[in-house]
Amino acid sequence: MDTPALPPQGAANRPRGWRRYRRFVALPLAALALSGCTLPTFGVSKGATTSSASVFHLWQWFSLAAAIIGAFTVVLIVWAVLRYRRKGEAIPEQTQYHLPLELIYTIVPLLIVIGLFAASMVVENKEVANPTNNVQVNVNAFQWGWKFSYPGSDVVVIGETTQDPVMVIPVNTNIHVILTSTDVVHGFYVKAFNFSRFALPGVTNDFTLRPTQTGTYFGQCTQLCGLYHSLMFFKVRVVSQSDYQSWLAAHKNVALYNASTKITDQQLSTLVATKYTGTTGEH
Amino acid sequence: MTDVLNPAVHHGHDDAHDEHHGPTGILKWLTTTDHKVIGLSYTITAVLMLVIGGLFAEIIRFQLATPDGHLVSLAQYNELFTMHGSVMIYLFAGPFAFGGLPNIIVPIQIGAPDMAFPRLNALSYWLYLTGSITMLSGFFTSGGAANFGWVAYAPLSNAVNSPGAGADLWIGGLLLTGFSAIFTGVNLCATIFYLRAPGMTLFRMPVFTWNLLVTAILILLAFPVLTAGLIMLYCDRHFGTHIFSVQGGGVPVLWQNIFWFWGHPEVYILALPFFGIVTEVIPVFSRKPVFGYKGMIFATMTIAALSLGVWAHHMFTTGTVLLPFFSFMSLLIAVPTGIKIFNWIGTMWRGQIWFSTAMLMAIGFVVTFLIGGLTGIYLASPPLDFFTHDTYFVVAHFHSVVMALVLAGMAGLYYWGPKITGYILHEGLGKIQFWFLFIGTQVFTLPMYLLGLYGMPRRMAVYPHNPEWQHLNEIATLGAIMIGISTIVFVINVGYSWKKFPAGDNPWDGHTLEWFTTSPPPHHNFYRLPQIRSERPTWDYNHPEHKALEHGKHEESHA
Repeated sequence: MDTPALPPQGAANRPRGWRRYRRFVALPLAALALSGCTLPTFGVSKGATTSSASVFHLWQWFSLAAAIIGAFTVVLIVWAVLRYRRKGEAIPEQTQYHLPLELIYTIVPLLIVIGLFAASMVVENKEVANPTNNVQVNVNAFQWGWKFSYPGSDVVVIGETTQDPVMVIPVNTNIHVILTSTDVVHGFYVKAFNFSRFALPGVTNDFTLRPTQTGTYFGQCTQLCGLYHSLMFFKVRVVSQSDYQSWLAAHKNVALYNASTKITDQQLSTLVATKYTGTTGEH
Repeated sequence: MTDVLNPAVHHGHDDAHDEHHGPTGILKWLTTTDHKVIGLSYTITAVLMLVIGGLFAEIIRFQLATPDGHLVSLAQYNELFTMHGSVMIYLFAGPFAFGGLPNIIVPIQIGAPDMAFPRLNALSYWLYLTGSITMLSGFFTSGGAANFGWVAYAPLSNAVNSPGAGADLWIGGLLLTGFSAIFTGVNLCATIFYLRAPGMTLFRMPVFTWNLLVTAILILLAFPVLTAGLIMLYCDRHFGTHIFSVQGGGVPVLWQNIFWFWGHPEVYILALPFFGIVTEVIPVFSRKPVFGYKGMIFATMTIAALSLGVWAHHMFTTGTVLLPFFSFMSLLIAVPTGIKIFNWIGTMWRGQIWFSTAMLMAIGFVVTFLIGGLTGIYLASPPLDFFTHDTYFVVAHFHSVVMALVLAGMAGLYYWGPKITGYILHEGLGKIQFWFLFIGTQVFTLPMYLLGLYGMPRRMAVYPHNPEWQHLNEIATLGAIMIGISTIVFVINVGYSWKKFPAGDNPWDGHTLEWFTTSPPPHHNFYRLPQIRSERPTWDYNHPEHKALEHGKHEESHA
């Protein structure tokens, strides 16, 4: 590299230049580091559980990295496209290698992905940790509905497709969800929890979530499970501890809550056909 | 045969002589073992599949333009997206990527007269065509086509949940095209290892050929696993085995492991040939050698090696895989992929860029692929994957990637079309096509990222509870219409330019051996070859005073 000789006063000027430069870099970084809240949301919300909030912050950091790297790369592309348009028949210098440069764009991305990996692992370990659980809910997915049962309370909620069965859970409590499937693979997904997990036949999946806000949240099956996959809805209602206890008491020993019985295939077809196909629902 | 490869010997061949090699017309097409004819058949069939898959996509997008779409029924919708994905991945992208252009170009780039096993090559094509027809014929059965998604997750794909011939035809068609891919992989490996012209060492091979070598090795490692899995699935459906069913002691998740053990290398089996196309186009239209040639090859090999160890990132939400390992391996792929993107930019840097349609398509590829690549990094992080898995965020991510590949494929057709046919496609129409395709792709994919973040799951025929998703869906549909228009412009361009603008042997001042021979090349490709002393023998021959420079060296005129 042909470094130009420093002018006589160069040595004196350099620290001042660096300070000016450092201010531009350090201030925004410090501001960002102090609080993730100053970052844009990048389309995602904090959600209603403790882990949905940490996933949200992870999302912000990934998005910040993606935005910086993406913008940098797009600027390089646009610059090259605008600056190096063909202007004549001259043949440019046939440069092919620049090892230091190639090493930089190998090592810097490597460090970035190691950082992203570390951040992911911190959040993931929190998410899959098994803390003391206060309430257990057995969630069973089937074609095309959900069954929520509360062991020890004899409360069972069943509903199919547009009947939207409701899973009621108390706020600020560790909810241990035991997830199973009776037939094919389903996906348990609640947008407000920033989380999903497969319900697999033959496998018992479990996870813990801790809701932080009361409210009713929309959920649905995310894994293609057959004809009425689009309509396999459910709701999660997060209520206060006392409301939860009274809800449990009110429905004790009520085997089936939402639907009086499991609806027949014929009823299901008719239910859906009248609204979504205009035919018998078979085809 | 060896004297064909010898640059010193001029053959007395001429075109009239070549006509005597075999029949013409439809009989030539049916009986040929010429890699150029087979490659062209592959390309035309694959583009036809692109159009069919694209039509399915347009129907899907029109259905989703309203929350209560009534264009198709729920059952038809499941068939449509299953066959859209299957046609695009199995019948368009793969065969186009390793059976079409590579079949024509790879032997010529290494100075070979044909593929190593010409008859096996013909068998590959016929297996591919029959497999395609088999899979699509499901639409003509009483139960309709396969409807369990292009990934056919067990146990949804078993005989109880998916009875009917459509599913069996899907399995059969995929088996046939799978064997076609394996045979092409064998053929490419043998051709590249044994039929290189004198002087064409491995590290003088063009990057396109390098990428196809790595692709072929990946095919040989991955496709037999899919074939085995499909046979197991078929046995479960019809012969009473219980490999994927809980009731008989089987494991449904095993299908996901087998499928993605093939499925993730498959992503790179599709992508690497297109990376190769772009790596040919950008240097030629920048009038520079590819920047970081050896780093590029190293990156390709790294991607291929890593791709064999990342399959379970499709299964993070199953709760049955080791998250940290697959997460880190997946994140690592960003590094060699980044190297490639910076190498493409480095190639354009200080070049003399000619914005031909092929070059525009290649630059459009780099930008679109950048978006798809960056969003892929999110999905490699398990917590972020948990909440975007099976939502439109994933759909948007892989559509950014595959639409980038379509742009690259178009770059290849505009770049090599003149070599294959002898005629150039109209550049003005090509640029109209480019802008529709490039802008349409972004209008199509970007709203889908937001839809995913707002909670829209994939494979939804209707979304009655969420009318607020409608506007973004309408924008995505608009993008799909623009992409459809770009395809129509392409077809018009092919018709308009038919035998109209003679190309000459070397219209783009190309670098590699295919630009040294005639357009179209003669039977067995070459009358003579130049000296091969770098990966750019044709350029070296035409511009002996402008050889590639080592690091730190400058041309004397600039010193």
